Amino acid sequence: MSEATRYKTTLRIRRGGANDVPRYQDYEVPYEEGMSILDALRWIRAHLDSTLAIRYSCINANACKTCMALVNGEVEYTCIARLTPEVITVEPLPKRPLIRDLITDIVPEDEKL
Amino acid sequence: MLHLSTDVLIVGAGGAGMYAAIAAARNGASVILLDKSLVGRGGATVMAQMTVAAALGQQEADHWTLHLEDTLKAGRGLCNEELAALVCETGPERILEMESWGTRWAREDNHIKQEMAPGHGRRRCCYVDFLNTGPAVAATLRRKVGEIPGIRRISNLAVIEILVHEGCAVGAVALDIGRNSLIAFQAKAVILAAGGLTKLYERNSASANMAGEAYALALRAGAELIDMEFVQFFPIGHLAPRLVGMDPIIWDPFRYKLGGKLLNGRFEEFVDRYGGEDFGKYTATRDLASYAILKEVEAGRGSPHGGAYLDFRHISDRDLRAAFGPVIDRLLKNGIDLNKTPVEVGPMAHYHMGGIRVDATMETRIKGLYAAGEAVGGSNGTNRLSGNAITEAFVFGERAGSSAAQMAQQTTGAWDPKTIDASADAIRKLISKRSKKGVSPGTYQTELQHVMWKMAGPFRTGEKLTAALKRIEGMRDELPSLSVGSEASFNLDIQDWFELRAMLVTAEMVVTAALARTESRGAHQREDFPDSNAAFEQNQVLALTGGALRSHWVDPTRRTVPEVSHV
Repeated sequence: MSEATRYKTTLRIRRGGANDVPRYQDYEVPYEEGMSILDALRWIRAHLDSTLAIRYSCINANACKTCMALVNGEVEYTCIARLTPEVITVEPLPKRPLIRDLITDIVPEDEKL
Repeated sequence: MLHLSTDVLIVGAGGAGMYAAIAAARNGASVILLDKSLVGRGGATVMAQMTVAAALGQQEADHWTLHLEDTLKAGRGLCNEELAALVCETGPERILEMESWGTRWAREDNHIKQEMAPGHGRRRCCYVDFLNTGPAVAATLRRKVGEIPGIRRISNLAVIEILVHEGCAVGAVALDIGRNSLIAFQAKAVILAAGGLTKLYERNSASANMAGEAYALALRAGAELIDMEFVQFFPIGHLAPRLVGMDPIIWDPFRYKLGGKLLNGRFEEFVDRYGGEDFGKYTATRDLASYAILKEVEAGRGSPHGGAYLDFRHISDRDLRAAFGPVIDRLLKNGIDLNKTPVEVGPMAHYHMGGIRVDATMETRIKGLYAAGEAVGGSNGTNRLSGNAITEAFVFGERAGSSAAQMAQQTTGAWDPKTIDASADAIRKLISKRSKKGVSPGTYQTELQHVMWKMAGPFRTGEKLTAALKRIEGMRDELPSLSVGSEASFNLDIQDWFELRAMLVTAEMVVTAALARTESRGAHQREDFPDSNAAFEQNQVLALTGGALRSHWVDPTRRTVPEVSHV
């Protein structure tokens, strides 16, 4: 069995806060078959741009249910949606108030300050 | 600065923190329950897959003293027997209480179904469903804390300092991650329930929340830590192909139900070369399996991702499906067909046996400061038994919550506002000193994880540990000059910075303790001291003395266990 094949893909991520004009930023990321969108988002924060705002906790168990975003127009858990070679558009959830970048307000009202 | 008051402040809202909140509230205390991510969704409990150990005696005759015997045996002489006994004796009450709150433990023939797990002499491990125990118990506790008016829950707050006044814990300062601002809490008792430290390691099964903050907060507050050298490495964590939607600690039940061959990169069996009897059954102990895998990798015979193959191809599809039906389908969705392809596995950091030193009421040596769950050290000695982690989260949570509520009734909560101001000023100074150019805190977190994995991981030497300590000190010196972005909301660089600060404190504790224990025992393996030494049948205690980390040794806490003849 050989070293897993490595690919490259591009994530086009919607950036900005609630009062900003939305802009889209492209990031090129390396990946292996099977890796998740969240793997790529975490890689971007660690290697390219730590200012990217994302929300996640359990990383890949799909247990915390906090990493949802719009992936190519569909609501997905980014921890289980896979990377593909085509450009992938990632945007914040449309029906939740936008905070910044991919973080929307999903905190229950009675868990807020 | 916003300033809130409560009787009991709980740091971390996983299994232990939520149980503590319920226990404190029913003992008359007002409670504020904080979490860095979302209440009941972060931490380790929600990720737990399989089993919870408790001597319910529903599947077969059992007694808590037998559970204790197994727990102490796994701990190889170093368990705090008082704490271990508390887990084993009151675990069953907690399991039944969880059931009364709505947890649907798997049942058969009118009783809770209990399974065998490695290291247990009886069938005593209950579960909710394949791979669903953690999410189910987290949901029960989340619902329960939501129903209690005396518990105020706040998400997205990272506690960065415990406030201590005249030797008593009186509150905490937290970072509001959403707003990049500080908030002060005044409390009559504080419970640290923020979990373990597995995020310190490059290879781990942790959620994003397990960066060792509870330990760092406790140390800086003046509490003692115990057994910090004993990090549990799970030998066959999943490495490849990429598996999503499942915890990497998936293979243990497969191992003990079906067997599975461990093969090196050349597809040869190898565990027997290291003194283990494997021969397709995969019964080697955890430490031996870890050792054998890493030695093969070192010799250039690892699998492509730096581990070993775990091969189930000799087991029929029918047997695989009979044992793990729905899981087999989830694996297929990940492109993993166990009939055709072996998976790659290797050791990864999974749990921390060490932690905050507490008495049987869960109180530290700082009055009013308690710990619960994985943050507590000592109850598992040198190795934790499968199934004991969720049990201890419930048991220690309940005990810490009850004790803290009692403390709140006894104390006036004497409080000096200057304590907050001094702490907040220091924190503001730290934040303002950071430059906007250069290395980000996240980059250093990645480097620290690499250093800890290579130098203070499953196999250690004095030389490697000394090098790790040097790099940790170097990074600590550079903390003030790290770069952070200027975003006003959810500036994760700032969260990363405080997390890194805690990680460095906790990493220093692990490495310092590992250097001082010049023997091998349980989860602590020194290649330069491969044997156990009876002189080290002691616990190592760490604390700050004049600002410096110091260790001393104490005899393990023993307890007389009643003779039981009726089981």
